[in-house]
Parts: sequence; structure tokens; C-alpha cells
Amino acid sequence: MTFPSVPGHTHARVLDSDGNPVITTSGLTKVYRSRGREVTALDGVDLHVREGEVYGVIGQSGAGKSSLIRCVNLLERPTAGTVTVAGQDLTALAGRGPRAGKELRQARSRIGMVFQHFNLLSSRTVQDNVELPLEILGKSGKERSRKALELLDLVGLADKAKAHPAQLSGGQKQRVGIARALAGDPKVLLSDEATSALDPETTRSILQLLRDLNRQLGLTVLLITHEMDVVKSICDSAALMERGRIVESGTVSELLATPGSELASALFPVDGEATGADRTVVDVTFQGEAATQPVISQLSRTYNIDISILGAAIDTVGGLQVGRMRIELPGRYDDNVVPIGFLREQGLQIDVLGQEPVLLKEGAEL
Amino acid sequence: MQPLLSQACWDTLYMVGWSTLIAVVGGLPLGIVLVLTDRGGLLQNVLANKVIGQIVNVARSMPFIILMVALMTFTRWITGTTIGREAAIVPLAIGAIPFFARLVETAVREVDGGLVEAVQSMGGNTWTVVRKVLVPESLPSLISSTTTTIVALIGYSAMAGTVGAGGLGDIAIRYGYQRFQTELMWITVAILAVVISLIQFAGDYAARSLHRRGGHSGAAPRLRLLKPKEPATADVGKVA
Repeated sequence: MTFPSVPGHTHARVLDSDGNPVITTSGLTKVYRSRGREVTALDGVDLHVREGEVYGVIGQSGAGKSSLIRCVNLLERPTAGTVTVAGQDLTALAGRGPRAGKELRQARSRIGMVFQHFNLLSSRTVQDNVELPLEILGKSGKERSRKALELLDLVGLADKAKAHPAQLSGGQKQRVGIARALAGDPKVLLSDEATSALDPETTRSILQLLRDLNRQLGLTVLLITHEMDVVKSICDSAALMERGRIVESGTVSELLATPGSELASALFPVDGEATGADRTVVDVTFQGEAATQPVISQLSRTYNIDISILGAAIDTVGGLQVGRMRIELPGRYDDNVVPIGFLREQGLQIDVLGQEPVLLKEGAEL
Repeated sequence: MQPLLSQACWDTLYMVGWSTLIAVVGGLPLGIVLVLTDRGGLLQNVLANKVIGQIVNVARSMPFIILMVALMTFTRWITGTTIGREAAIVPLAIGAIPFFARLVETAVREVDGGLVEAVQSMGGNTWTVVRKVLVPESLPSLISSTTTTIVALIGYSAMAGTVGAGGLGDIAIRYGYQRFQTELMWITVAILAVVISLIQFAGDYAARSLHRRGGHSGAAPRLRLLKPKEPATADVGKVA
């Protein structure tokens, strides 16, 4: 399985790893009770989304992504744990009972949200849809229409202001959804599978738009998706969810540097089977500086061994140029300890197939 | 004969008009409350929902002629009399409120829950959801429901005519049934057929044009002239 490379994201973005957390959840737990049965959708989720980054949560359906993103703006009440957005503890604002109090509603108006099925009102024009959050905020008619037109221009739909949603394509609808989500000048945008109902071409353009908004407006984006491509093309950080827990998390470069990371190998897969039983198969991951060293020929010359390349790929992941290669060395693992040590010394990330990763999975115990 | 019929027509429209107005004013909030208080609703209150639902069910299944007789004391208390078109409005409205409320409930339930979620995510409260989403998004359905209610009320009003409310039903009974003036009865039937068709046509037209304003294609709803209750519910909230 290979992913098409995404143009336009070739330069690396360096994030301050101590950046201010904008969204923090700690011990977030959500248990649904129906007819005496309990289903745990979220099981102690700790999430840290830093200011200005695009953070992707990926997982299969039923992994709890949807509950997670709905707990962030408290559309769903977590059973336990806290949610802090932009320094404000939303769980404390929630109060008792199912209804959202005034303070929580005000906090929500500062968090934009886009949806998989767009959720535009069919009875309103495109412009009136974008004005809806401004109506809720109590802005005057003049201000609303100025802001709405400005936002429609930003998403490239200035000429569709008077159209009705049913007259738009899926991609255009999602652009309206994004414009609407930005109406309240949010610092944070939540994206609930925003591209899952779109074709690949449109998906790319919507992701590009989210990326542009992230850069231009300094908007922090938390997105959930089941498509690895989404994480690959726009995310600075990512988390893998399984059965209500975050199994792996970190910046994309951290993940790629983590031996045995499931997310890294899914983001950047290489194929190739060993040609015989007495062979050692090694995955070599190059990042940044290491990618320029002629390590394979050095290895071959230094230890006088023949190396077969089973598979290789170079791609851009999260704005980083990364190469990955699957090579085969003659002899079993025990015979190759020294050459493998050599590769590690070169600053490369080495995963030996069939061997336990040397380091613990990052984030696994969080 | 001419003034007799025109007066009867006018009486029927007068009774139906007022009772429809009261039914809409009373039934719309009632129907919305039924949706909101239901399990998983924004104002979930299972007990209130059960109680209101039960009252609505009983009132709806009550034969109108019995309701009319049973409400006589109440009618006299409100209007001071139990005969005449004003007196008929009371049982007509009370019979139509639960009828309309159930239709409203069905229409409002059709609204996509995602829209409600979207408004909540913008910081809207329940009242915002009702005003900006539930009512406008179900408006074509609500108009169809109103048409259905008017047509049903025309039927009920004829029954009211039998106990001295006047109107076309009264004519049909007194002249057609009791005096064997078959001709007059057939004229009444024809007038009713025309009135009902006009109302149905106007209602469908209004629902359809609202629906089309929402950007849906005009072709599909045209077929639904045959099935008046559907145009509004079928496509609302559907992702094209």
C-alpha cells in the first residue's frame, strides 16, 4: 500500500514541543448506559493539542473518536475526566443536568466545528448559513453580512452567497461548513470526519484549505478521521485510538522515530518478504540529515556483506521528507548484530523484523 | 337558495378558519414539546412526554361527535351558547389541536439531528434550536400538515352542522336528508369538493414552492400532488 505524495507541503514545520496546550483532556471517560448495559466509549483519554498545530486522531469506527471530539465541546458530557480548551475548564462550566448553561454555550461559540455531513440548513441560503452563528452571538445584520461575505471569500465561495446548499457540490458544502465554523473567530476548530463524505480530489482541496487556515489564522485544528491519508497530508501530530484508548501519540516526526510504531508504519508502509529463512530483514527509516548519508554502501563496504533492497519509498509526511527502506542482510539476526549497530550509530531508525522494538512505545503508558 | 348556500359556505369557512388558527397555535408548540421531551430529546422528560402523549392519543381517537357533546358545558362557559358557528369552533379546535400536534411531531422528528448538533456547537440554546432549525427546516412539512388539518376540519364542521352550527353540513342534512331536496345536496357536495380541492392545491403549492426555495429540484415533488402528505417529509434533511 502506498500513498500518493501531496504537493505543497514539502517544507518542514518545526513546532515548539513545549508549545502552549490549547486543548487538554485528562482521564476523559465516557460510558454509555442503555438498558442496563454499559459501553465504554472513552477509557481515560489524555490528549494534549498545542497551539497552532493540526492534530489528527485516527482510529477505526467504534474506536471512540467521535465521542472524543464531542466531549471536547461537551456536546456529550464525559462520565469522568476534564476538558480544558484555551485555558478554560469546560467540564467545570457544564453544571448539572443535560442542558448547557450560558457560560458553556459562550465557550462553545468560540470553538468552531465542521461535520462529516456538513449539517447546513437547507432552508437558508449559503450566506444565511454562515450568518447563523453570528445571529446566535447577537451581532447586527450589517455586521453579520459583512463577516459572512468575508468568510465566503476566504473559502473561495464569494459567488455562491445567494445559492442554497442543495445547489452546491459536496466540497462546496464543506467550504460553507468551514466558513460557518469560523464565523465566531474561534481559536480552535474541531473537524469531525470533515472529508469522509468527499471524493479524493475534493478531500485534498478541503485539507489544503484547512492547512491554509491553520497557517494564516494560527488556527489550532483537532480532527478525527479514519483515513491515514488525512493525517499524512496535514497533521503535525497524531494519535491512534483503539477501543476508547489512545495507543500512540506524538508529533509525526516523533512517531516516525519510534521503533515499532504502528502509526508510523501505517503512515509510511514498505513491503517486501524475506527471500529465505536465514536472512535478516531490517526497516531503515531516514529523516532529515541522515537521508543524505550513503549508509547502505558504507555498510556494504565496511562489513563486506551483500545487501538486497526489498522495498523503498520516499514521501512527505506531515511536511517532513522521510525515506524508508526495507533491506535484507545475509545470515540470522545474531550474525548481524554488528552491522545493525553500525546503522543505529548513523542516526537511523532501525526496526528489525521479528525482533522486539528496543524502546518502549511512546505514549503507550500515558 | 343562493343566499342560503353562500351563507352556509361562509359559515363553514368561518368555523374552519378559526379552529385551524387555534389548532396551529396550540398544536405547534405541543408537537414540538412532544419531540423535545422524548427520550434523547433536548428537554428529555420521559414522564411529561408520556403524560402529554397519552392525553393527545386519547383526544385524537375520540369520535368527534362524542367530543362535541362531551364538551358542551365547556363550550357554554367559553361562548355562552352551544349552538351556532361560534360554539362549534370550541370542539373543532379542541379536536384539531392533538391531531395537528401529532402531525407536527412527525414533521419535526424528520429534521436531521446533525443540524441540532451544529447549532448547539455554535452555542445555541434549545430555543435557538426550535426557532432556527426545527421550525424552518420542517416548514414544508408543517404546511402540508396544516392542509391535512384544514381538510379534516371541514369534515368535522359538517358534523357540527348537525347540532345547529350551520354551514354546508347543516344544509346537506336539513335539505338533502330531511326534505329530500337531492339537488341541493348534490350542489353542497360539489361545493365541498371544489373547496377541498382548492385548499389542497394551495397547500401543496405553498409546500412545494418552499421546498424548491430550499434548492430541491421541482420535478420530483410535482408527482406528489397525488400524495399530499409526502412532499415535505421525503427530502428534508437528506444529503444530496
